[in-house]
Amino acid sequence: MQTEVPGTYTLPNIKHAFDLMEEQRMVRDMVREFALAEVAPIAHAIDEEHRFPEENWKKIVELGLPGIPFPEELGGSNGGHLSYVIAVEELSRVCGSTGLTLAAQVSLGTYPIFKWGGEKLRKMYVPKLIAGEYMGAYGLTEPNAGSDSGGTQTTAVRDGEQYVLNGAKCFITNANYAGTFICTAVTDPKLGPKGISAFVVPRATKGFSVEPGEKKLGMRGSDWASLVFQDARIPKDHLLGPEGEGFKTFMKTLDGGRISIGALSLGIAQGAYDVAKQYAQEREAFGGKLTALQAVQFKLANMALDIEASRHLVYHAARLKDAELPYAKEAAMAKLFASETAMRVTYDAIQIHGGYGYSREYPVERMWRDAKLCTIGEGTSEVQRLIIARQILRETKGA
Amino acid sequence: MKIVACIKRVPTTEAQVKVSADQKGLDTAGLSWMTSFYDELAVEEAIRSKEKHGGDVTVLTLGPSEASKDVREFLARGADAGVILKDDQWHARDARATAKILCARIQKAGAELVFLGKLATDRDNGAVGPMIATMLGWACVTDVVALELNGTQGSAKRETEQGIETVAFALPAVITCQKGLNEPRRANLKGIMAVKAKAIPEESFEDVPNQQQVQKVEPPPARKAGRIVGEGAAAVQALVDALRNEAGVI
Repeated sequence: MQTEVPGTYTLPNIKHAFDLMEEQRMVRDMVREFALAEVAPIAHAIDEEHRFPEENWKKIVELGLPGIPFPEELGGSNGGHLSYVIAVEELSRVCGSTGLTLAAQVSLGTYPIFKWGGEKLRKMYVPKLIAGEYMGAYGLTEPNAGSDSGGTQTTAVRDGEQYVLNGAKCFITNANYAGTFICTAVTDPKLGPKGISAFVVPRATKGFSVEPGEKKLGMRGSDWASLVFQDARIPKDHLLGPEGEGFKTFMKTLDGGRISIGALSLGIAQGAYDVAKQYAQEREAFGGKLTALQAVQFKLANMALDIEASRHLVYHAARLKDAELPYAKEAAMAKLFASETAMRVTYDAIQIHGGYGYSREYPVERMWRDAKLCTIGEGTSEVQRLIIARQILRETKGA
Repeated sequence: MKIVACIKRVPTTEAQVKVSADQKGLDTAGLSWMTSFYDELAVEEAIRSKEKHGGDVTVLTLGPSEASKDVREFLARGADAGVILKDDQWHARDARATAKILCARIQKAGAELVFLGKLATDRDNGAVGPMIATMLGWACVTDVVALELNGTQGSAKRETEQGIETVAFALPAVITCQKGLNEPRRANLKGIMAVKAKAIPEESFEDVPNQQQVQKVEPPPARKAGRIVGEGAAAVQALVDALRNEAGVI
């Protein structure tokens, strides 16, 4: 079945080899239809304008997507992580920025409070994050601490019933629209990573401000900003998990977040492949269609192969998480393989389009720029290899 | 108020429809199916009527087991129950047989208001709705683009070739839905999760033979190839000539 996207391209239905549950199939079909009808028509414009599409975020909230993996008593739908990553994939297929917005909201902005916030913080914030009262942001990266997050410089000093925070965070997704910010700060500089704690910072905190973010290569329809703490006072009950466990908490958060970045990458790759294949089937050159050329056939075959493999890795990691089995290694593998797939596939999609692919009138250059984020955000490809190596070497020891 | 919305499974708009070997119907092998577009409007209007005036909505279909996929989608959007009158030959039934079978189930449900699409996007008969109304002795308003209900009275705008006609009617009634009546909603996550395990009963029914016998189904004749009369300004004279003398349109 082919569905027409106004002014852009058609989207063939993917025949999944996966045995999806009925509700997972329904979520996929619903999000796919929404993505085609509401997201695809503005994907080009929000990229050109560096604009966060507030109107579409409202619709995403109404559909219940921010609450998919959370329990019903908090306003979620208890739909599981596989349904959630399928939603991210389908949005990203037409607009990486929109996929990233949902991924950051769920995995980074909401999940840590749900998982480590205890009864009080969970009830105070999670229902509002799911209902779209405000968004949630997650501040780990600092101007001088990216992959080396153990080198966090923001400090938190206990003063009676409060912690006093000083420092700065940068590249924080959804920050301009966020009501809560989960942030790391050093509570005991002597202990290294074990002296880092995590806090939930409410937007209205005195001494805390959100500063405009930089212009970006891609993902221009996704919001980001910098955070500044100048003697920002946070109530002590807004400590997320025990003091000194912030680093550990954040590493676990990123394990889950990586599955969604894998899904984001997978969606971008699938979208680029869809348009490149269609273009190759229509474009005439050398007396026939581009698809008659083996050079193009081999590109398409490699794209399809890498996408299929990525989907297996991403869905497998999500299923492990749903089954409450260990998934750190599989999540890192899924994120690494899918993001590098997205780079290769978008690169080849432009190549197949030739000069038209380089033009901003076609969507593939946007997809290529968007894909680059996926090899950096929530751990660079190099960090993923470190995580995989650490996990497999540990396995060998135990065997 | 008991409300029934009837839906029909039809070939998708993109499907490459082929005539069966005996030329009496469609070759259904490998066809992809969907709910007829106008029936989506019917279910949406049924759900909106329930939301405004109370009651419950049953989605009713004469069709195969696979129709449970379609029915489940409407349950996720807000319908309360679904019934499949199991029939693997639903696409080959004439309008009267279809109407009679649906009619019996509508009576059993105790419905006062029935919604259908203005026609099913397969054979485009548009006959089942009016037939049901006639068999039940109810009011029937077709091609409805706006609907108001007030107790047992209703008012509807219907699209005719002459313009919009506003009619008043009393319940019970059959309403057939035209494009413009509403924008069908999407199911949200809560709806989907609520219906994932819901059983959709398959029921048998008293068979009704077709009165209408299809003699032969033929695909439309292949269109003649177009003709390029020339290129650039030099072609204008030949084009005008062809339009005037061959086509006779100017």
